[in-house]
Amino acid sequence: MEKLKNNPVVKAIGTQRLVALLALIVIYGVFGLMNPRFATYNTMVNIFDASYYIGFMAIGICFVIATGGIDLSIGTVLTMSGLVAGYLSVNKGFPMWLTIIICILIGMIFGLINGLLVAKMGLPPFIATLGTMMLSKGIGSIITGAQSVTWKSGSDPEGWYRCLFKIKTAGGLLIPTGFVLLIAAAVIMAIVLNKTKTGRYILSLGSNKEATRLSGVNVDKYLVIAYIISGTFAGIAGLAYSTIYSTLLPGGGAGFEMDAIAGVVIGGTSMAGGTGTIAGTMIGVFIISVLKTGLPFVGLQTHYQQVATGLVLVVAVFADVYRNRKKY
Amino acid sequence: MGDVMLRMKGIDKSFPGVHALDHVDLEVKSGEVHALMGENGAGKSTLMKILTGIYSKDSGTIEFEGKEMEFTTPKEAQDTGIAIVHQELNMMNHLTVAQNIFIGREMMKGGLIDDSQMNREAKKLFDRLNIDINPAETMGNLTVGRQQMCEIAKAISREVKLIVFDEPSAALTEAEIEELFKIIRDLRAKGLGIVYISHRMDEIKVITDRVTVMRDGSYVGTLITKDSTKDDIINMMVGRVIYETPKQVSNVPEGAPVVLKVEHLNAGRLVKDVSFELHKGEILGFSGLMGAGRTETARVIFGADKKESGDIFINDNKAEIKTTEDAVKHGIGYLSEDRKRFGLVIQKTVAENASMASLPDFIQGLFIDQEKEQREAEQYVKTLNIKTPGVDQLVMNLSGGNQQKVVIAKWLIKNCDILIFDEPTRGIDVGAKSEIYHLMNELVKQGKSIIMISSEMTEILRMSDRVIVMCEGRITGELPIEEVTQERIMTAATLRN
Repeated sequence: MEKLKNNPVVKAIGTQRLVALLALIVIYGVFGLMNPRFATYNTMVNIFDASYYIGFMAIGICFVIATGGIDLSIGTVLTMSGLVAGYLSVNKGFPMWLTIIICILIGMIFGLINGLLVAKMGLPPFIATLGTMMLSKGIGSIITGAQSVTWKSGSDPEGWYRCLFKIKTAGGLLIPTGFVLLIAAAVIMAIVLNKTKTGRYILSLGSNKEATRLSGVNVDKYLVIAYIISGTFAGIAGLAYSTIYSTLLPGGGAGFEMDAIAGVVIGGTSMAGGTGTIAGTMIGVFIISVLKTGLPFVGLQTHYQQVATGLVLVVAVFADVYRNRKKY
Repeated sequence: MGDVMLRMKGIDKSFPGVHALDHVDLEVKSGEVHALMGENGAGKSTLMKILTGIYSKDSGTIEFEGKEMEFTTPKEAQDTGIAIVHQELNMMNHLTVAQNIFIGREMMKGGLIDDSQMNREAKKLFDRLNIDINPAETMGNLTVGRQQMCEIAKAISREVKLIVFDEPSAALTEAEIEELFKIIRDLRAKGLGIVYISHRMDEIKVITDRVTVMRDGSYVGTLITKDSTKDDIINMMVGRVIYETPKQVSNVPEGAPVVLKVEHLNAGRLVKDVSFELHKGEILGFSGLMGAGRTETARVIFGADKKESGDIFINDNKAEIKTTEDAVKHGIGYLSEDRKRFGLVIQKTVAENASMASLPDFIQGLFIDQEKEQREAEQYVKTLNIKTPGVDQLVMNLSGGNQQKVVIAKWLIKNCDILIFDEPTRGIDVGAKSEIYHLMNELVKQGKSIIMISSEMTEILRMSDRVIVMCEGRITGELPIEEVTQERIMTAATLRN
């Protein structure tokens, strides 16, 4: 065990990320063996489809978790963005480019509100975002008159936005463009987290807020930025969800944030703050979407997905807790 | 020594209810190591926090290199060239060493942080200090001593002219202290001004050029270290008049049985080979400076922290105390120095707090017998003279002295025979203080035994039948009350092993 821990490859990837990556491969392999139809290209595209909205949410909330905080509002903000933007596009004739901007902007505004509540007004993150979770859920329903909204279809003249996440060629081939977007976002945000001042100060204040403040860093500003990133990515996730699933139900979305949080934590980010890994988060997200997509292939219902995700979560985090027990 | 670099004059600072600094002066020359000494609460840390921009002063002037300065944020002080190495380390454990050193002023390349450049620069700093630390190591993996070296590296990585060391040696091993002194001598040779706060008299003699002594928030005087003796400094530190008459003789009868015996107790850094005996009806005073290990010892005896080795005997029987529950079963009660955090549930009533440690005695069937709880509490409100409108009053509405009495009631209801009072009168006004003292004397008359941890010299002298002095986790003195003087206590409290 000790030898394994000091192996340079293990060290570079990190124990927990390695455990998560192995879990991902094993789960995928098991499903493939149990049902040959699972290991096909089209199923792979389905897995990607399920990963987009969770993935974008998870990238964003990773920044908040790195500060030692939590953002419970991202699930309902996702739904509200999709609802309101879709409503404006379908019922008010807003052009699609503007719809997309509004969708993301709504998320950004909620992120800003969360950030101000936490950093400037000193509310505990759990309470602040619980409040905005309920707010966003209610406001979305009010604006759309409690009606569901279905985004424009691919055959509509303004249906081009669907190509952002998936292209179906004349020959019937599916191209998962959303995967490229997700990975690009992950790479950019990994650089932001690890290689820019913003990311460094977010990690730093998550590790020791007072020491960071005494080092002359405006901690409140970076705390707000973390929540804005989280909200903005919830807006982007809203766009992804609307594109893939078309229809949004008022009052929906609560609980989506838990999938995102699970993804972040499975990937090796500590809820206590001070650490954050986007690469690990992506692995965690794909574990969840493989489970979501794969379980029906082996004849199991969605509740089994929750049981499986819960088990992976506990095992992956325990591996890390066990390893770190003697530290700090 | 060079010219005067820093001149603080008439610095005054009040907090609500406390006059923390009363027109204090301090002068530091370049190329000088200047010791700042004083008992707990003398105002050293407050003065340094004003110098480094963490607190603002009420009045007085700070002159640095001939210019008058006004620091309102830590950053302004840093930019002027004043750095502090804090007693409690201010580190981000999850970041690397280099990332910690350059926090707030990262080196950039093409818009991104250049970690390899920062690692190289950090390496250069460590080379200058002649210490070998890997800049890419995660801070949390280093020992406390090494982390301190990183703090020093961080301080000198700026254009620094004056460094304040706030009890830097408290957490260091012998070898690390040697390393630290070498660094300090180097810095002095380069013409920096150094303020060195420490309680260790031997260190003061070895490393400092001058000593400024503070007492009770006031400036006492400045001495040249090599021209003065340890006793001169100690006399300046304690030179206050004692208004209350100290106890003259022990009240413990000859041959009183030993109720608590501690043998070779070890736990962590602050409890090292502690052995002592407590007699029936005795008030045993524990004196020492902050961080001497008194509270830590008490917590181990009370089962709040784990012991590494050693034995505890109660009434000559070996007691296995692993949890606080075990301790209470053995009749030990602990009154924490921080009542609000560890002693009371302040949002609950007097009666609920009083019965907390002995709740099983108040259970009738499935429920708490609230009538019995009230009756019992009322009785103690009367005997302890707790000033409250009723036992259903919330504890948070009582004064500090009365809160303390509620804690005492809690342990008396539990019928504890050994009571550990940790700073029993901290934050309590004078009138309530003498009531608590009276109560403690009553308790020992009734055959209870008390361990009293106190940082107040007057309290130790007035209450104790015997005094144990601790320093850095060891017992460095044991004095019967007949032989106790302030100077003897202070000498033992600054003794290094």
